[in-house]
Amino acid sequence: MDKDIKLRVKNISKSFPGVKALDNVSFAVKRGTVHAICGENGAGKSTLMKIINGIYKQDSGDILIDEKVVQINNPIQARSLGISMIFQELNYIPELTIEESLFVGNWPKGKYGNIDWKMIRKKTLELLEKEGLDYLPTIKLKDLSISDIQMLEILKAISYNSDVIIMDEPTSAITQKEVEVLFNKINGLKERGVSIIYISHKMDEIFRIADEITVFRDGIVVDSRNKDDYDMETVIAQMVGRKLDNSYPKENVEIGDKILEVNNLTSTGQFEDINFYLKEGEIVGFAGLMGSGRSEVMRALFGLDPYESGEIIINKKKTIIENTQDSIKNGMVMLSEDRRRFGIIPVRTVKENVSLSNLKRFIYGGRLHKDEEIQTVTEYCNKMNVKTPDIETIVEVLSGGNQQKVILAKWMVTNPDILILDEPTRGIDVGAKYEIYKLMVELAKEKKGLIMISSELPELIGMCDRIYVMAKGRIAGELDRENFSQKNIMLYATASSNEKEVEV
Amino acid sequence: MSKYSIYFVLLALFIISWLANENFIQPNNLKNVANQISVGTILAFGQTILVISGMIDLSSGSVLALAGVLSVSTYVNTGSLLLSFVVAIIVSVTCNILNGLMITKFRTPPFIATLAMMTMARGAALLYTRGQNIYQIGDYIIFGQGSTFGIPNPIIFLIITLLVTAYLLKHTIFGRSIYAVGGNEEAANASGIDVNKTKMKAYIINGIFVGIAGIIFMSRVNGGMPNGAISYEFKALTATVIGGTSFTGGVGTAMGTLAGAFIVGFLDNIMVMVGVDSYLQQVVRGAIIALAVIYDIWAKTGKADKKLRSAE
Repeated sequence: MDKDIKLRVKNISKSFPGVKALDNVSFAVKRGTVHAICGENGAGKSTLMKIINGIYKQDSGDILIDEKVVQINNPIQARSLGISMIFQELNYIPELTIEESLFVGNWPKGKYGNIDWKMIRKKTLELLEKEGLDYLPTIKLKDLSISDIQMLEILKAISYNSDVIIMDEPTSAITQKEVEVLFNKINGLKERGVSIIYISHKMDEIFRIADEITVFRDGIVVDSRNKDDYDMETVIAQMVGRKLDNSYPKENVEIGDKILEVNNLTSTGQFEDINFYLKEGEIVGFAGLMGSGRSEVMRALFGLDPYESGEIIINKKKTIIENTQDSIKNGMVMLSEDRRRFGIIPVRTVKENVSLSNLKRFIYGGRLHKDEEIQTVTEYCNKMNVKTPDIETIVEVLSGGNQQKVILAKWMVTNPDILILDEPTRGIDVGAKYEIYKLMVELAKEKKGLIMISSELPELIGMCDRIYVMAKGRIAGELDRENFSQKNIMLYATASSNEKEVEV
Repeated sequence: MSKYSIYFVLLALFIISWLANENFIQPNNLKNVANQISVGTILAFGQTILVISGMIDLSSGSVLALAGVLSVSTYVNTGSLLLSFVVAIIVSVTCNILNGLMITKFRTPPFIATLAMMTMARGAALLYTRGQNIYQIGDYIIFGQGSTFGIPNPIIFLIITLLVTAYLLKHTIFGRSIYAVGGNEEAANASGIDVNKTKMKAYIINGIFVGIAGIIFMSRVNGGMPNGAISYEFKALTATVIGGTSFTGGVGTAMGTLAGAFIVGFLDNIMVMVGVDSYLQQVVRGAIIALAVIYDIWAKTGKADKKLRSAE
């Protein structure tokens, strides 16, 4: 059953000043298949996808669709050739409603050249129903979660009737349940003859969904094979050019005193009666489905959102947290799940971003101590292994993984005791993930307490000492290391609230 | 290189003006230009701080007039230069605290809040003077027409406000905070910056600058003019924007704004010297503003693209 080639990339090279991003790259995507692309950040995946989508122009080489050479100068041309791309870093307009966003740039026209809103409503409802999603078309995007918005992006690509859909880390922001929905959708698309280029760092997903796998490293195609001829270890070894001995660098660290205790924390409608503690050297996980209230609890704890009642005890002292200044002062910091929104100041430099949370350290005695700032920022950037041309580079231009490391470096400058990490490895490649895990272990060894929220259960199981599972705004259960299993976590995560109340 | 694009525009304009009329380069003429742009530029430093932090002040021309007439009136009644100076600052800072409260406590967009203040302050200036100019202001003219060590006082105020602005932006926690607030307010808050306090401080500093500008303005025009300095806020914003301060926030410098102010100042000056029709002058001024900003954006995005590519 040899399927014909839908999209072929032939001998493409692309250089940027000082870097050869792609070097004579060739591969082919068959009609109605899922073609996974693996590679670390900076391997050239994104550059190639941007060339296919018309954002960049290749220096040499050809793109062929149905074995005919095509010129793609911009994304609109790409779309008219049947190519759509779903970006990892979602760019959306928060004030638009669902129906408006689905048809941006593609509005159905009425008789007088006006926008046919009735048609938009009708098509939106059809689309939502067909894909089994129950959103109101008039909800604004700002009121949706990231996972909802990502789902809509996928819907949008489908609505263009594309034959080739490029998905860049489509599952980085969605829950396990939604991944299943997505995979069903991908299978449906395959049956309709659509080809999917699937970029992901999640090996288990790739091995579930892909028909073929191509591995990139340093701008070249290392290998391209049928999935059945590959195994996970081979792919990872090809990606990193070496074998990773252990995917979770967890070490046993001596556990000390309680540094954080939360009692009966409540914010009506968000979460209720939250009780938990954290000890020195501990990594405590928070599991739960999206909407279970994990992030909301942490946001309130960190002072981003208000809470109604309950008590927060840091280092045995009852502490009132009204804003982020209070928590940072008490040695508690938080890495937010939405780094573009709550993490970085995109237009400012790496240096200014890193020093932002502890400016007192560099600005005292009436002036800025430039050399101290440069020295400290460089030190922490090296420690976090931030890959940037220099510390005067604007943060906006760095990759997602490097932006994440910049934010971590920022928090390290404040020398915190408690770190709340909300999805710290979302959308980050295998190598950088491993670095973040190692860093977490290092921090635990320094007697810091870490809270990790994650939707990836293997990560929680691999890294944590204890896991709290949340469901419907409450803590549904607590697991010790010996009881860790995906099954146990899911059991609590899907527990209905009635059972929970009986248990309490 | 492109970081300095606006200074090349200034240099080019300087050379062209020099070639167009040799008198342009005379020290007296240059001093004159600096004198003329002083009021607008001092306002522009306040705008720069506000625009960097993602805000704006549409009320600065009106608040200047209110602070100015109250200051002049204080001098006429008491004969104290010091007291009149203090009154101008207090009045202007008070108006700006109200701006800040509207924005931080009542969540009014800065555009709307300061638009309201623009109307209120102008009304208050007219109400206080019953629409009459205050003349015979005696020694009050020292602020705008006197000199210290041979340097005209407006230029001294201009230099002081420039240095203060540059210092605040580069060497203080407040400076870093306004770049962060303007660059991404939510991330600034999540990084432990007190966003409301930062915004409030920005308006207070703007208030001090507007007060100083009010004193110089009234002193230069020899009277308390309640209808003076109309649309000066836009003059100030022009210099700010030409100087490379981004209206989306997070970007801008004091030196850039000074360069922007001189671009407008030289342009006005040379057009008068070579006898350009006064109506045409206005058209040219607008066109040059557009060109300067287009050039600046072009130079900057070129750089951003290159950096992005090399980082990939």
